[in-house]
Amino acid sequence: GLTRESVRQSAPRSGAMSMVLLQLGQCGNQIGQELLELVNTDGRNDLGRPDSYRAISLERFFRQEAGTDVPVARAVLVDMEPKVISHTLAKAMKSGQWSYGNHSHFCQKQGSGNNWANGFCIHGPRHEEAVLDLVQREVEQCERFGGFIAMMSLAGGTGSGLGTYITQCLRDMYPNSFILNQLTWPYGTGEVIVQDYNAVLTLSHLYKTSDALLIHENDTVHKICSQLMNIKQISFTDINKVIAHQLGSVLQPVCTRWSISEYGSNPLGDLLESLVTHPEYKLLSLMNIPLMSDKSLQFSTFTWPALMKNLRQMLIANAKMEAGIDWQMKLPPAGHPSVSKPFSDRKLCFNTSLANLLVLRGKEVFQADTDSFKEQALYTSWMPADSALSVWRTSTTFNKYEKSASIVSNSQCLQRSLDRIVTKAWDMFASRAYVHQYMKHGISEEDFLDCFTTVEQVIASYSSLG
Amino acid sequence: MTQSVLVQVGQCGNQVGCRFWDLVLREHANVNKKGIYDEALGNFFRNVDTRSTNGDDTNLHKGKIRSLKARAVLIDMEEGVVNELLQGPLRDVFDSKQLITDVSGSGNNWAVGNRQYGCQYRDRILDVIRKTAEHCDCLQCFFLIHSMGGGTGSGLGTFLLSLLEDEFPEVYRFVTSVYPSADDDVITSPYNSVLAMKELTEHADCVLPIENQSLIDIVNKINQMANSGKSASAIKLQSTLISGQSKVKRQEKPFDAMNNIVANLLLNLTSSARFEGSLNMDLNEITMNLVPYPRLHYLVSSLTPLYTLADVNIPTRRLKPSLQFIPWNQEGWKTSLCSVPPVGHTHSLLALANNTCVKATFTDLKDRFVKLYKKKAHIHHYLHVDGMEQSCFTEAKNSLSSLIEEYNQLDATKGLPVTNMPRLSIAT
Repeated sequence: GLTRESVRQSAPRSGAMSMVLLQLGQCGNQIGQELLELVNTDGRNDLGRPDSYRAISLERFFRQEAGTDVPVARAVLVDMEPKVISHTLAKAMKSGQWSYGNHSHFCQKQGSGNNWANGFCIHGPRHEEAVLDLVQREVEQCERFGGFIAMMSLAGGTGSGLGTYITQCLRDMYPNSFILNQLTWPYGTGEVIVQDYNAVLTLSHLYKTSDALLIHENDTVHKICSQLMNIKQISFTDINKVIAHQLGSVLQPVCTRWSISEYGSNPLGDLLESLVTHPEYKLLSLMNIPLMSDKSLQFSTFTWPALMKNLRQMLIANAKMEAGIDWQMKLPPAGHPSVSKPFSDRKLCFNTSLANLLVLRGKEVFQADTDSFKEQALYTSWMPADSALSVWRTSTTFNKYEKSASIVSNSQCLQRSLDRIVTKAWDMFASRAYVHQYMKHGISEEDFLDCFTTVEQVIASYSSLG
Repeated sequence: MTQSVLVQVGQCGNQVGCRFWDLVLREHANVNKKGIYDEALGNFFRNVDTRSTNGDDTNLHKGKIRSLKARAVLIDMEEGVVNELLQGPLRDVFDSKQLITDVSGSGNNWAVGNRQYGCQYRDRILDVIRKTAEHCDCLQCFFLIHSMGGGTGSGLGTFLLSLLEDEFPEVYRFVTSVYPSADDDVITSPYNSVLAMKELTEHADCVLPIENQSLIDIVNKINQMANSGKSASAIKLQSTLISGQSKVKRQEKPFDAMNNIVANLLLNLTSSARFEGSLNMDLNEITMNLVPYPRLHYLVSSLTPLYTLADVNIPTRRLKPSLQFIPWNQEGWKTSLCSVPPVGHTHSLLALANNTCVKATFTDLKDRFVKLYKKKAHIHHYLHVDGMEQSCFTEAKNSLSSLIEEYNQLDATKGLPVTNMPRLSIAT
């Protein structure tokens, strides 16, 4: 396994590092734009932010460009058809507060037809040079380069197929840089019939090249929008804003050490060091509370004990949001030997973690007691709780919430969703349905089998955590 | 954005095609009030400055509409239909260079259309199609319209399919095929249809089979309702869906209403490619999601409203319990939302289904074929033609038989309990 030292890229302690965002396909582009909008707004001085918060946030995500008055995003936009990119560019411009670079995007005329093989085998190699050229130009503009965040969905053809190919190219071109893939999982009853194939193909390939896969599920975020935020007609914009909020809650400046004055300078490196200590375990999920409509926010107050209690139970019971949490789910009492969980006894089927990262923002944050996350029973037996838990804090409030708590978790919580995807894909594959569409572009049955094997291994690894 | 080219072959193909162009122009006129040539229009039309002096029309890519030219190729081995078109109000929409005609027709003989005319006109057709393709920035799809029962549409039309596959392998081939009814007045229509079927199965990406009998039934029903007085108010007579107010002919010909329905089908199919919507669907996504096995690419279509003000806001979830999906695709829905409704309606719904029920059409066709072939009736007309042999008939019949068999095998899974396949086991 990797040691912490080998994972860590050598980086100066002081001086902000910059990240380059890769927005791949429709979903990636839409979420990327919402994230940039959010961090730009959240960092504004008129909200009473400390100068250092603003400066670091800006440096992380933006730069200057000759001829442009507003900050320019450190982002590369890629899509195989033009409509989404032109909407994205226009939307950013409309904010008047930031924009994308003048030569930061690459698109073609005809999409990938929801075909992963088309994205990976055809579009990828064909447009590799042009895309990497844009990436290189962006990286060169970073005084201190802190890694990539590649954003894409699993369901379609471009984000998933081309996105996977480009991630591999990034790994080859920048072997020592951090790569985090932010993946959006489609609705279970999807809009694309072959989405489960595309998901299996993507996950298996990315697992070998990416440092970590940070995952959001459309079904979960949809429920958050309807049950917590009371949105009636939920659009993809609503979904994307929630995802952006959750990502921002982790990526905005925060103190990564028990120090009041210094913001961490290496967000991706710190994140990966805290959470991904073994190459077999790269799946990360993100939960954030509280989340509610502006109206409800007016009348709510929060205490750290209550937030910590809820978040902890959400983690244990694998509840993706702060509603309908199963309070019956309990950890085995201290000293109880860790046994494999019998499916019949649901009370023992709690979510075992490998590592957790808490990010707390807001008033009185240094008074928040996080010891309840240090219980050994939360973690797999071979990971001491002391090493497994990291806590980052800042008293600077985040995006309208006087207190905000996020947990990035490397745990079993994605196992069930992953299992469902594999089951559906495998049943389809057993009938060889749609396989000819992939073979047409160079993916063979052997390739499929290899991918299934890889993903089954991931499921088995997480299962064995306890 | 991408472009599509319509290839209309034979009498039926050209009549339907002509209705399509009429409808699509009306639809765009309804939406595009400012007369600006936009990408939606660009899907099926070029914007041309006919006053240019260098002999060839210059394509104008933006700005006001000057002269719209359809991205179409019109082929017929008789002149009647195409000539009529050229005398009607649509004449300016077609370039004379896009037309290929002959005088003697194919005599309702697939072999004449496919082998004789195929050979004779191959180069010229290729030339015309190449030029049409060159006018396209990003050509995505050929739409072929033809009938199965005759000689030109059926024979020359299917010849074109393999030609397009060879010359433009990356461009999708969508075929709208009109199948003859049982009492079709062309005796040899079963031969022509089965011979054509083999080509469709092997060379088309996607086929929308339309049975003439169904069209007749629909039109009869509409007439019944229009004349019955009681339900007359339910029919929107001005809508493009059933409007016989063809701008092309003054008199309503018997096939007009039927052709109109087919044209509407094509119109709706391409709406998502032409107009914006909250959930766009490209045509290549249709083939990707609806064709699980390469030969089983026959999509049954239904369109509503055709003659009632049916509520089309049926969420797909409600339809689900009444439909039997194959075990490995229980949620096999692909959805697309387009914000532009057809003229005269607020909503419409087009459903394309890859459903084993098509085999009924094919089985029927095969039976009719066998009845004729048993007695070798009229075979000599076909064998006369260079390159045509008896083996062509048997091969075509076998192709159809095995296609039917593939559908049968899938049907056999009906009613079986849905179990998941055993998964790969990993050594831990």
